Amino acid sequence: MPRREDIKSVLVIGSGPIVIGQACEFDYSGTQACRVLREEGVRVILVNSNPATIMTDPDFADATYIEPITWQVIETIIAKEKPDAILPTLGGQTALNAAIDLHKHGILEKYDVELIGASFEAINKGEDRQIFKQLVLDAGADVARSHIAHTVEEAVEFALDLGYPLVVRPSFTMGGLGSGFAYTETELRRIVGDGLHQSPTTEVLLEESILGWKEYELELMRDTADNTVVVCSIENVDPVGVHTGDSITVAPALTLTDREYQNMRNIGIDIIRAVGVDTGGCNIQFAIDPANGRVIVIEMNPRVSRSSALASKATGFPIAKIAAKLAIGYHLDEIPNDITKVTPASFEPTLDYVVVKVPRFAFEKFPAADTTLTTTMKSVGEAMAIGRNYTQALQKALRSLEKRGSSFHWEPLDASKDELLALASVPTDGRIVTVQQALRAGATAEEAFEATKIDPWFIDQIVLINEVAEAIASSENADTNMFLLAKEHGFSDAQIAALRGFGEKEVREVRHILGVRPVFKTVDTCAGEFPALTPYHYSSYDQETEVEPSERRKVVILGSGPNRIGQGVEFDYSCVHASFALSDAGFETIMINCNPETVSTDYDTSDRLYFEPLTLEDVLEVIHAESQSGELVGVVVQLGGQTALGLAKGLKAAGVPILGTTPEAIDLAEERGLFSKILDDANLLAPKNGTASDFTGAVTIAEDIGYPVLVRPSYVLGGRGMEIVYDSPSLEDYFSRMAGQGIIDPSHPLLVDRFLDDAIEIDVDALYDGHELYVGGIMEHIEEAGIHSGDSSCTLPPVTLGREVIDRVRIATLAIAQGIGVQGLLNVQFAIGQGILYVLEANPRASRTVPFVAKALGIPLAKAASRIMVGSTIAELKDEGMLPVVDGSIVPMDSPIAVKEAVLPFKRFRTKDGLIVDSLLGPEMRSTGEVMGIDRDFPRAFAKSQEAAYGGLPTSGTVFVSVSDRDKRAIVLPVLRLLELGFDILATAGTAEVLNRNGITARIVRKYSEGASTDGDEPTVVDLINRNEVDIVVNTPSGSSARADGYEIRAAAVAADKPLFTTIAQLGAAVASFEATREGFDVSSLQEYAIARAGRL
Amino acid sequence: MISTEPAVLVLEDGKRYAGRAYGARGRTLGEAVFATGMTGYQETLSDPSYAGQIVLQTAPHIGNTGTNDDDLESAKIWVAGYVVRDPSRMVSNFRATRSLDDDLVSGGIVGISGVDTRAITRHLRSLGAMRAGIFSGDDFELSDSEQLAIVRDAEDMAGRNLSKEVSTPERYTIDAVGERIGSVAVLDLGVKTSTLRYLAQRGFDVVVLPESVTTEEVVALEPSALFYSNGPGDPEASERHVQLLRDVLAEKIPYFGICFGNQLLGRALGFGTYKLPFGHRGINQPVLDKTTGRVEITSQNHGFAVDAPREGVVDSPAGFGRVEVSHLSLNDNVVEGIRCLDIDAFSVQYHPEAAAGPHDSMYLFDRFRDMVLAIDKGEPQTEIHSIIDGKNQ
Repeated sequence: MPRREDIKSVLVIGSGPIVIGQACEFDYSGTQACRVLREEGVRVILVNSNPATIMTDPDFADATYIEPITWQVIETIIAKEKPDAILPTLGGQTALNAAIDLHKHGILEKYDVELIGASFEAINKGEDRQIFKQLVLDAGADVARSHIAHTVEEAVEFALDLGYPLVVRPSFTMGGLGSGFAYTETELRRIVGDGLHQSPTTEVLLEESILGWKEYELELMRDTADNTVVVCSIENVDPVGVHTGDSITVAPALTLTDREYQNMRNIGIDIIRAVGVDTGGCNIQFAIDPANGRVIVIEMNPRVSRSSALASKATGFPIAKIAAKLAIGYHLDEIPNDITKVTPASFEPTLDYVVVKVPRFAFEKFPAADTTLTTTMKSVGEAMAIGRNYTQALQKALRSLEKRGSSFHWEPLDASKDELLALASVPTDGRIVTVQQALRAGATAEEAFEATKIDPWFIDQIVLINEVAEAIASSENADTNMFLLAKEHGFSDAQIAALRGFGEKEVREVRHILGVRPVFKTVDTCAGEFPALTPYHYSSYDQETEVEPSERRKVVILGSGPNRIGQGVEFDYSCVHASFALSDAGFETIMINCNPETVSTDYDTSDRLYFEPLTLEDVLEVIHAESQSGELVGVVVQLGGQTALGLAKGLKAAGVPILGTTPEAIDLAEERGLFSKILDDANLLAPKNGTASDFTGAVTIAEDIGYPVLVRPSYVLGGRGMEIVYDSPSLEDYFSRMAGQGIIDPSHPLLVDRFLDDAIEIDVDALYDGHELYVGGIMEHIEEAGIHSGDSSCTLPPVTLGREVIDRVRIATLAIAQGIGVQGLLNVQFAIGQGILYVLEANPRASRTVPFVAKALGIPLAKAASRIMVGSTIAELKDEGMLPVVDGSIVPMDSPIAVKEAVLPFKRFRTKDGLIVDSLLGPEMRSTGEVMGIDRDFPRAFAKSQEAAYGGLPTSGTVFVSVSDRDKRAIVLPVLRLLELGFDILATAGTAEVLNRNGITARIVRKYSEGASTDGDEPTVVDLINRNEVDIVVNTPSGSSARADGYEIRAAAVAADKPLFTTIAQLGAAVASFEATREGFDVSSLQEYAIARAGRL
Repeated sequence: MISTEPAVLVLEDGKRYAGRAYGARGRTLGEAVFATGMTGYQETLSDPSYAGQIVLQTAPHIGNTGTNDDDLESAKIWVAGYVVRDPSRMVSNFRATRSLDDDLVSGGIVGISGVDTRAITRHLRSLGAMRAGIFSGDDFELSDSEQLAIVRDAEDMAGRNLSKEVSTPERYTIDAVGERIGSVAVLDLGVKTSTLRYLAQRGFDVVVLPESVTTEEVVALEPSALFYSNGPGDPEASERHVQLLRDVLAEKIPYFGICFGNQLLGRALGFGTYKLPFGHRGINQPVLDKTTGRVEITSQNHGFAVDAPREGVVDSPAGFGRVEVSHLSLNDNVVEGIRCLDIDAFSVQYHPEAAAGPHDSMYLFDRFRDMVLAIDKGEPQTEIHSIIDGKNQ
């Protein structure tokens, strides 16, 4: 059937902010969908609250709404745009839940809009565990024995039947949120209690344990003619018990016979049919008992999922793109295979390589968190690698993580075999390396299997890697055979160097002299059966290379690697934009990246894609391959975050041209002494500071400049290891915690800065071409200085800064740009306190806020920066129309206000005792994502940002207030306003005293440390929060000690999902927005804002 | 660790690929072809259709799940030689009773590992399947030119009849499973165990006949239907089986054929067959059922195809009435199935019995059964044909 003519406009729902379990894979799928629909002539309306995404670029839709994803807001958009259909299957669980809400509130019926991609019935069948279970049984397949519970007591009762351990899974949550294994009744009560709370339908499923079984996933697609294909099989190396998002996974499945695989495939097809997904894709998870082959269906997602993105990249079959085409009526056999062009999409990709995905965790950001992996997803990103065999792919994937200790190593053992086996028996970040060490320490493959239940075949592959390492170390000469053996099994030059006691550089030189270099193979969906016309490559030490010569001028763009806190989709946005802009300017663009979730690793984005680790070795080999023909103009390093930037020096040393700001100039900004000189020359002030490489040095400096001080290691992103330290014991504690992480040493000294209390922080993104400065945007932080810029909310344009301050900021930015010698992007952070402007830091690279600026003001900073890097001037870009004539430092009075708010993952992390980790904001970044609220004034924009990030603020109820002494003055006015708005005020004794003296009636509540009164009549505030008697929590931390009370309050607030304000500035903004919230929201598209902006000029 | 004994794959165009010896040592000759399935190496190796061929697996890891007796598609391994990239060092599967390496050695199958299988695949894709040899052990020591000469002296697949080699020497019978609805005479041209099992499961007593059987012998059996199996070789070289089929069709005995059986029906009806450049060998092959518009993902293994008009209904040049092409490959439009409109005969080029491969096309066995039942009931021709073309489903 050709495309449906009755669908002329489609509303696509995005997935909102990046959170654990729902990351930029949905930007990839959404972007593909938008592209496809527009190519088909469909008018695309998009709603997504996440400004960092590529899909919200105004070029990708006809009407782009950066608005909260709630059914109410979507109804407003539907009323305005009148779409024919809604596509909710490409925006993760967020979009699916929004669609369910729209259905339940009768909106779809009211406006006569059709759900495409999956019907409400199909969504319900896939997501409702009871219905799904029956449907699986009807299909003749098996499920784990289970019961549905709606109360904790019911759950305890059922547990008697199922036995411990058992699995708890809440209904309708994503990324396994709220689920877990209960080994005892106490654990069961806690997990079920949480799970019931997380589930929108207050129900949990209790299941028999299938811990240790093999786990598999299938990605399927089906059309309205009932044509069904299995796009990819994925095998989890970590057995059942670890969330698939946290597992090391491999594609295709490697330990199944054809019978077992076909049985699973048959079940999958029966299920997708029974659920009724007939215009899209779904993902089904299976468990197989390794002892007898019994197959159990775990769950299915009737939508594009994280695994679909992985499967798309792993196979070259673009699931989201095809899903969008199916949604508007096409059949699979009417859609061509993108890669071969001549064969249809109605086939099943076959792989002649192995793909391994490894998760990237961020436990270092949450030191108190329990690192045990469970059925609740905890990883923040992932890296994928492609090799011609498993060992190659695995080792490439592990080094793609860019994390110390993530790769296999052969340093002296630091624990005994038994200790290592015991460690490996608990799944944690890096378990695979522990297994490798245990095998080195003498564990047999059987012992490793017993400890981990990892399939013996995968264990044997690690044994093989250890054997190869032994052969490398003992080889008489570093000859061709040694190198070929090492490379065949994925060893990096660095690993070979460590094994043979050489430097990495020397190893590489010898290898190159011997002529041992990788070839590049192609991902072609068909194992070579048909010619591939799309250059999607991976390296392998094999015999034949498939890189086609090209005489064009080439630019290599380095991506940003796996998502982590501090480096996420924002950098992918910049890389993708650079690729588009440089392609438009006539260059051949070559992307290197290893993150399967991204748009940059879509083979449609750049002229050539290399799916490779972002290490110096791997990047140099791609550059060598591409240098065999045409002219390599240079490499873009300033858009891929610290990952790409970190490679600049090494590339330059190897003779590779770096585009834009030179590596020396990058150093100038990073190196404290040199940077101070630039500031001195420009008459600019930095907070008093110094550098130290050890504890003694740090104390001397801190005492010299005075506490509190802000300490941070140099060359890190996301404020890793950055803290505010109030006294020398705390400083000592800091050093002891940082020890052994290898981030502070004489070549990477610690930076110690005077911490500015009560200052306003300002972020500037600007372009400089050597002649002219172009300010992209000046952002005012809502929280005071001291909160990492990635975690703090900010407003663009600024709302409390005067013209004169903005002028000073502009002049200072220009001076810094000149001083460093920027060619491209520059981000500067300022603080203004008591009228004095301080420069906190400057980074000559793309910042996290580049996409926010682009969405808020319509200035395409990343595109412009990439052009500047290849020689265009700002004047030329203005003439071309790429850059608006007036830059972002001057924003007209009637422009809308955009507020960026960070989204934090505290709910995901528990301490070993099951408590929530502290949710206090600080100088180390902890947020996973962001949202934007845009409206005509600040209160409305702020209200939208809160709605989008946290589901909105209550407009009535009880506010609990407990603030530190330094905040007591500032608290009076906002609380008075809350009282006037009709809120009840509750406060701890100290805060209540201040409020009551200022005429604000506040009820006193006991502190947590005071405990409830013996008769129970006077509960503590924590009890009240737990009992749902508090609606808003205001708690600012007091100094360095006595944080326990604050911690308990904040943890309770996070657990109970209540709005929590830890700074007065946030509270002030919130108070201002209450009235705006009461009226409901108006919506405007970015395209409408652009027209208004053009009208103003 | 894997063997480090050398081996070499030599193609008739002079290309040489150096690797490691795998399986038995020595020399083997055959037609080099590639198979793209990611599962089911044991089924592939024991599929008689691969007789005379050196099979290359594009999937890199082979042997991980070992071998067992249940997954054999015939009594032995038939491939002439085996080319893999990464043979497994161990076996991991609850059904495995031995390793693939054991089977290859005991079956005397010379193989090679550690070669760039993708490079070879691309070469064969561009230039077509060709003669090849694998040399290891003492034969590895032969000079390059000696090895090449040996390869070039080998018999070409085109024009080759291999039925005798793969067929059963004696007739044997498999009893129907469940309710018996009739009997089917199976001409064993290289039949697979799964095919026989599925036929028996449809209620047929399955009488498996050696390829040397005569028309009289078939007719004397009074079977409900005749079935031609898959098998190796060039259909052009099987004129005797074509004639047998014509004779049996003239006796009004219904017919169903798979793979080689499709090519021979094509020839019996008077169409030609031709050699494909590099064949279809995989378990991901999309086939369009022209009647229903449905796509099935099929298991395929054929190097030859029927040359019949892809559109419309034509008269059988051999006088068997109207014929139409029922199935087409969506990848390259090759004929994947034919159906007669005036006699009770149909066949497909692909493998509904799968093994290895998806079970999407298993319904064809049901159609065959329904056809036989309808004929027994004396249903009119139109009714029978709506069964064969799937309109009734």
